[in-house]
Amino acid sequence: MTPVIKWLDERLPGSVEDFVRHKQVPMHRHSVWYYFGGMTLFLFVVQVLTGILLLLYYRPSPETAFESVQFIMTQVRFGWLIRSVHSWSANLMILAAFIHMFSVFFLKSYRKPRELTWVTGMLLLLIALGFGFSGYLLPWNQLAYFATKVGTQAAGSVPVVGEWLLIFMRGGEDVGAPTLTRFFGLHVAVLPGLATLLVAIHLMLVQTLGMSVPPKVEQEIKEGKQPARKMPFFPNFMMRDIIGWYAALGVLGALAAIFPWELGVKADPFAPAPAGIRPEWYFLFMFETLKHVPAKVLFLEGEFAGIAIFGLATAVWVLVPFLDRKPHAGRAGRLFSGLGVFALGYIVVMSLLALRA
Amino acid sequence: MKTAALAFIFIFCAYCAWGEAPKESCVTCHSAMEGKLSEAVKIFGGDVHAQVGLGCSDCHGGDRNDDTMDSMSKAKGFRGAPKKAQIPEFCGRCHSDATYMRHFNPKVRTDELSEYVTSVHGKRLKQGDQNVATCVDCHGVHNILQVSDTRSPVYPTNVANTCARCHSDAEKMKQYKIPFDQVGKYQKSVHAKAMADGDLSAPTCTTCHGSHGATPPGVDSVANVCGTCHVFFAQLFDKSPHKVVFTNMGLPGCVQCHSNHAIVVPGDEFVGVTPKSVCVNCHFEGDTGYNTAKAISDNLSALTSALARAESSLGAAERSGMEVSTPKLELANAHEALIKARVNVHTFSDVEVKKFTDQGVAIAKKSDEAGIAALKERDYRRKGLGFSLVFIVIAIAGLYMKIRQMESPPDS
Repeated sequence: MTPVIKWLDERLPGSVEDFVRHKQVPMHRHSVWYYFGGMTLFLFVVQVLTGILLLLYYRPSPETAFESVQFIMTQVRFGWLIRSVHSWSANLMILAAFIHMFSVFFLKSYRKPRELTWVTGMLLLLIALGFGFSGYLLPWNQLAYFATKVGTQAAGSVPVVGEWLLIFMRGGEDVGAPTLTRFFGLHVAVLPGLATLLVAIHLMLVQTLGMSVPPKVEQEIKEGKQPARKMPFFPNFMMRDIIGWYAALGVLGALAAIFPWELGVKADPFAPAPAGIRPEWYFLFMFETLKHVPAKVLFLEGEFAGIAIFGLATAVWVLVPFLDRKPHAGRAGRLFSGLGVFALGYIVVMSLLALRA
Repeated sequence: MKTAALAFIFIFCAYCAWGEAPKESCVTCHSAMEGKLSEAVKIFGGDVHAQVGLGCSDCHGGDRNDDTMDSMSKAKGFRGAPKKAQIPEFCGRCHSDATYMRHFNPKVRTDELSEYVTSVHGKRLKQGDQNVATCVDCHGVHNILQVSDTRSPVYPTNVANTCARCHSDAEKMKQYKIPFDQVGKYQKSVHAKAMADGDLSAPTCTTCHGSHGATPPGVDSVANVCGTCHVFFAQLFDKSPHKVVFTNMGLPGCVQCHSNHAIVVPGDEFVGVTPKSVCVNCHFEGDTGYNTAKAISDNLSALTSALARAESSLGAAERSGMEVSTPKLELANAHEALIKARVNVHTFSDVEVKKFTDQGVAIAKKSDEAGIAALKERDYRRKGLGFSLVFIVIAIAGLYMKIRQMESPPDS
């Protein structure tokens, strides 16, 4: 026992040494998907660190936001690297989170007793999307300004509370200084606070419940078709995780150096909306869907109907562990897997259609 | 035949008199006629005069409520169709009456007739020339449209073609011994291009020659005509040594170098000592003007080259994703200096031009340096990336080997 672990053992509930020595990770043909949770966490940490550094120079007002980001990109030593890594890492984090979510879904890892792990994970994914939406506006450039205008406009189509919601999000009738400060507050205070809390609960649940073995593999082990192989978390799995993180760091550095994140043109509320405004790639499937929804769906406004369907689908997705009662086998289990394939296919196809337009 | 037509008119008018009283007896009768006699009625509905509630009798006189032939009697004020020479006064009866015209449009001009009589068209008409244009030749008869109507022959984009109807007619122009290629030349000019691109304020025939008072600008007034739009150029030209020389030699100002109708986009090659330059038409090697032209051309070339270098380096940096918006913005000042230098060519002083080209070259040089610095920074970043990737690969390889070592069976 190292002196550090001994010191910790004397002060923390439970045995740290036991945890470090005995934590095991199942090994099977689907083990590769376990790494995406750690990858998402790593990219989240990169976001927090680079975000804090950006905060040193960023000034959230329409008069100063664009110029401060420009200053970071051109004058601050390694500012370009920090800003580009922050932007690229945000996108990679959402990609990793999506992969993690779908892998958990298809491997049915949400089944009892990991329902809460799934729910907290889904909430974290929604928060990550919130981070993306609020952070997009902060450089106060033309594209972000108009994309936010369109994005918040969609909220205004909700019956009864739409108008209130729109004004609450924008801080007024139009996108302006109050919107920027609201989005800034959301991006650097509210969402990080919620995310940290949820990450802590999510990790605690993962450590407490351990990693799930897919039902099919579990069955094969039970039938003796394959041995129940395991790998120590420390250091074997951890070292593999670190290899992935190093690779991600290399990819981030390469993207930042070869494709620095563009700053664009400062937002001008009086200028006409630029051609081809569209949201970040992870909102494209919703954006494309709303374009195809007719003006009226039954008695509802088309835009609201589209949003309502996405809202409903998200709620169903969050509650999947409670709806998929027999995930091990049977028609219900297969129905949910089919639903997952449909959702994944829908997101990919609609995003590609939006990119082609 | 004539008797039959008159009999028909009589019978028709008599029939109308027994029927329900028409509001405009002219329309009732003329719409039932054939050929020229009914043409006016057919097209008058779209005429601007009809749109504001005017009828036949407002121009031609007579009694609109009388549906007999008597409606067209002199006693009822019938004026009939005017002869060509009478047309300006015929239209001017209302269009020169400010009090009357105010009923329709308080801002409408009423000086058309007074301008027309001063025009070449008006003067020739007075001398008995029946070929010249009067109101109806440009505006039409009975189908007159607002000038702001895109279908009107005097709408800015249609003016050149309207003038061309006579002025491009070689046979018609022969007797006046004036060229007939002006419109053809104009259509190739920078002005026509601007008009075709949708700039309705771009000059067309009437902008320089006037509309109702159309007259060719004389040698003395050419600079004033161009100067109405190109104000600053005209001011510089007036202060330049060319002004006195041109005046003494009886040469027109602007058109001497730029031509009149076929005005093309002036390039920097206009000034200088190459065969494309207009300076060498009058100046010869060794004279002061020749040397000045060469110096002006050299100064402009220095600035355009500096701008091209800066744009190239900033463009390369921008394509590499580098943030160079500030030097790009500053480079706009160098472009502005080039514009000012080109305007100052009309001082015909190399010293005046140099003031601006030097200013522009200094800015362009600074922007070029910023572009080169950005490209160096890009290379530095890529080298840094290379080193970092080497370390990352070494670390990954080390971890991989450590895992293999840890997980290999003890006996191996």
